[in-house]
Amino acid sequence: MKYLVLIYGNPASRSAWAGMSDEQKAAGLRAYVEFNEELDASGERIVSERLAAPELTKQVIVREDRVSTTDGPFAEIKEQLAGAYLLECDTEERALEIAARIPEAPYATIEVRPVMGLTGDVGFEL
Amino acid sequence: MIEGLLRELAPQVVGALVRRYGGFDTCEDAVQEALLAAAVQWPRDGVPDNPKAWLITTASRRRIELWRSDSARLRREEAVFALAPPDPDPVPAVDDTLTLLLLCCHPALTRPSQVALTLRAVGGLTTAEIARAYLVPEPTIGQRISRAKQRVKGTAFSLPPPDERPSRIAAVLQVLYLVFTEGHTASAGAAVGRVELTAEAIRLARQLHALLPDDGEVTGLLALMLLTDARRPARVGPGGTTVPLAEQDRSRWDSGAIAEGVSLVTHALATAPVGPYQLQAAIAAVHDEAPTAAETDWPQILLLYDLLRQVAPGPMVTLNRLVALAEVEGPAAALAELDALEPSGHYRADVVRAHLLERSGDLAGAREYYTKAAQRTLSAPEQGYLESRALRCLSGKPLLKEDPTPD
Repeated sequence: MKYLVLIYGNPASRSAWAGMSDEQKAAGLRAYVEFNEELDASGERIVSERLAAPELTKQVIVREDRVSTTDGPFAEIKEQLAGAYLLECDTEERALEIAARIPEAPYATIEVRPVMGLTGDVGFEL
Repeated sequence: MIEGLLRELAPQVVGALVRRYGGFDTCEDAVQEALLAAAVQWPRDGVPDNPKAWLITTASRRRIELWRSDSARLRREEAVFALAPPDPDPVPAVDDTLTLLLLCCHPALTRPSQVALTLRAVGGLTTAEIARAYLVPEPTIGQRISRAKQRVKGTAFSLPPPDERPSRIAAVLQVLYLVFTEGHTASAGAAVGRVELTAEAIRLARQLHALLPDDGEVTGLLALMLLTDARRPARVGPGGTTVPLAEQDRSRWDSGAIAEGVSLVTHALATAPVGPYQLQAAIAAVHDEAPTAAETDWPQILLLYDLLRQVAPGPMVTLNRLVALAEVEGPAAALAELDALEPSGHYRADVVRAHLLERSGDLAGAREYYTKAAQRTLSAPEQGYLESRALRCLSGKPLLKEDPTPD
């Protein structure tokens, strides 16, 4: 089963990161490298990315064949997507266990969502 | 059919190498590379006179290179021994294939690892093919396989003691059935260029059946696969939609596969202790033997589900049995039993409720539950199917009791 793990930052987590020393930031990134290596060794990490600052978000709106692009972010939204993992795990429990170990989990909101697949119950075509 | 030949020879070559040199890990890697080399060279230069010996020689050489780069320390001690490729037929290859299957489905491995390792070492599929089949990146499958091999590294290459065999064979059956269902449900056209996992599972089940002809559950699994796969030509409608069993054009079912499956399951039930695969195959056989949906022997199916519920109880068996009960005693009786069940929260319970409501003429209720189930399934083909059922309830066209006439 594939699971998409979404990491949402909030103003507090973003300012905490901004306030860290270079050493602290380096240690934080190192924790991610080690975490990713472990998930690569188990074959569970398909891909993961750290997203650029929410200020760099562009919103693309297509209405009646007209395309408009606006700058983000959107002030009323406190939580912003900061990064994501696409995992391949045996069980949902395992995906949740991995999600809880994401280095910035203590400061962020983490969502785990199953990815739609092609496999279903053999007997479903009643 | 070079591809078929390579897949057939793969487990025998792995077996020959492991017997000769030990070290399943390196031997399997070497065989994989020999298979890749053959896939390139044979179509160009022709198939060698003794393809198995060619593969063994090539894999032996490749193994030395792999192991040289791996551990220079051991090189001197092993070099002389390692240079001569093993005899192509040191022991009957059949024993090796069984040993290999059991090793790949070792209890220390997770289910997805067992599946990947079995497909590669026994099925002779490449890592890339397995990755495509399961829609995951190649490195993910590569990691899974190499990690699995690390885990079973110390395991002896021999058949497990007799008292362990039933549970070990049961694991192999589960792995083969998983491979089959992955291919079966995905056959709705959503993935182009996937390996035929159903065909691969049937091929491996045939091999296992040839090795263990008296094992009723092995026979039962092969029969179940054949009887299910026989309906495949009629399962997929225009646009890749799934056609329900009751509405399939039965003239398109594979009568050869049905005859073989029926004969296998009949023999197994008469000669071996009954088990869940045999019972599921028997249920599939009753469906496959009905000339029309209306002529289905539902009392027989209900009886088989009652047996299955005793032998291998589970929420899916309970739910599927209710569908048969509805045909024998009416949807009201089945709905009453469904209400009495502890709520499982599984979307499949909603599918069955929707079906029973549709059967009883409550189309609005059926639509609600089809929609609810469609929102909660994790299978894209199934979602499309459930949505189409919900739509049909909206149009007020009830579920057909008779076989529909094709239009």
